[in-house]
Amino acid sequence: MHNPQLNANGELTHLLSIEGLPRAVINHILDTASSFLKVSDRNVRKVPLLRGKSVFNVFFENSTRTRTTFEIAAKRLSADVINLDVTRSSTAKGETLLDTVDNLVAMHADMFVVRHAASGAPHLIADHLRRLGRNDVHVVNAGDGSHAHPTQGLLDMYTIRHYKKDFTNLAVAIVGDILHSRVARSDIHALTTLGAAEVRAVGPQTLLPTAIEKMGVRVCHDLGTGLRDCDVVIMLRLQNERMNGALLPSAREYFRCYGLTPTMLALAKPDAIVMHPGPMNRGVEIDSDVADGPQAVILPQVTFGIAVRMAVMGILAGN
Amino acid sequence: MLAFELPDAETQCAELADLIRPRLQPDMVLVGIHSGGAWVARRLRELLGLRNEIGLIDVSFYRDDYRARGLHARVKPSSIPFDVEGRPLILVDDVLYTGRTTRAAINELFDYGRPASIQLAVLADRGRRQLPICADFCAWRVDLDASQELILSAETGDRLQWSLAEHA
Repeated sequence: MHNPQLNANGELTHLLSIEGLPRAVINHILDTASSFLKVSDRNVRKVPLLRGKSVFNVFFENSTRTRTTFEIAAKRLSADVINLDVTRSSTAKGETLLDTVDNLVAMHADMFVVRHAASGAPHLIADHLRRLGRNDVHVVNAGDGSHAHPTQGLLDMYTIRHYKKDFTNLAVAIVGDILHSRVARSDIHALTTLGAAEVRAVGPQTLLPTAIEKMGVRVCHDLGTGLRDCDVVIMLRLQNERMNGALLPSAREYFRCYGLTPTMLALAKPDAIVMHPGPMNRGVEIDSDVADGPQAVILPQVTFGIAVRMAVMGILAGN
Repeated sequence: MLAFELPDAETQCAELADLIRPRLQPDMVLVGIHSGGAWVARRLRELLGLRNEIGLIDVSFYRDDYRARGLHARVKPSSIPFDVEGRPLILVDDVLYTGRTTRAAINELFDYGRPASIQLAVLADRGRRQLPICADFCAWRVDLDASQELILSAETGDRLQWSLAEHA
């Protein structure tokens, strides 16, 4: 089967989704990221790898945090970074997605970092570039609809590997609004590929996709059951802006049932780590005592995220 | 093909240490280039009785053939566990060939600080340089054809050993 992320030699040329990525490719990214992590501790926090290359951050959906981390990562690789606020310019004037892409290719873009509200938009761009014969231009998916957010998934795997070393004996609980979460999907694919012993999807029926068991996860509607003896807790943000219809009674009710408090966290293993992709809603999905507590690794996730994005861009641009 | 047997790499490490010893400075530090240079640097540190930790660098992020080759080989983290600023360094590699790896290593070192000096120590200089670089300390000079590859490997018991591969 044709894998749109790999070139004819089986090398990673776009990063669109963790689904379908061979384990060796994921491990190569994580190993490379650990080398890039050291670069950020140096006197000069830059390597010359992408010198003279242009990375275009094309965000059709707002996300200052993600855009900034990609920008920092590209700059630490010495690339020129151009941030486009397409929502307020070309698209607003009626230009199609692929016309925008063609214009940026004409400006000698070497890489697109794409965030789009529609699932599949980065894939569409990658496919378009392939048809143009531009296999020297690369696409990184920075989040598409509720489909995938592969660099977040990879940085979560980096974080877990950093603290837990090995995936094979781990029980990982992903808690919250999985229905709308591209992070959850990317994490589940990555954990399954890396051989995690058990992945649990924890949340109310209304916030879990139907037939999610088919992704190889155990469904828990009760937080306590979901957390019991787990090694890693990944909390998801309650995505208010994505809620259409009455999926939940109220944020307070949600916190009462699914909020991660110290009491609930005590059900997990004593050395369990707590992750969150940010931005956090304190008092909605996570209690401040947990978010600021010794088991939280939420800020290290951010630091690792830069190194992981450097690795992804460094590997793509060389293939 | 070589008309002689490959010399013993461990003996050459001792010879290289003998060359460096008269010019040692108290705050001098060795920096080995992954992976062969790192092995040689560890040997030299023992032989010279240096107290300072050695530095290790992987030049993958500084190579000039990135565009052609990409990032494939497993990159090892560089670790420079000392302040480079104002310090005399000896860069250690197993084989000096085109000089491109040396250039990449020097560039990387300068991103850690401004060393007082950098000298180059290699186990073997196989000629055919493409850059104006030469070794300050060298245990073995040998002229090899471009089709030949001189490889240092760490055998069982960590013993360093040379081998020669022929490429078509």
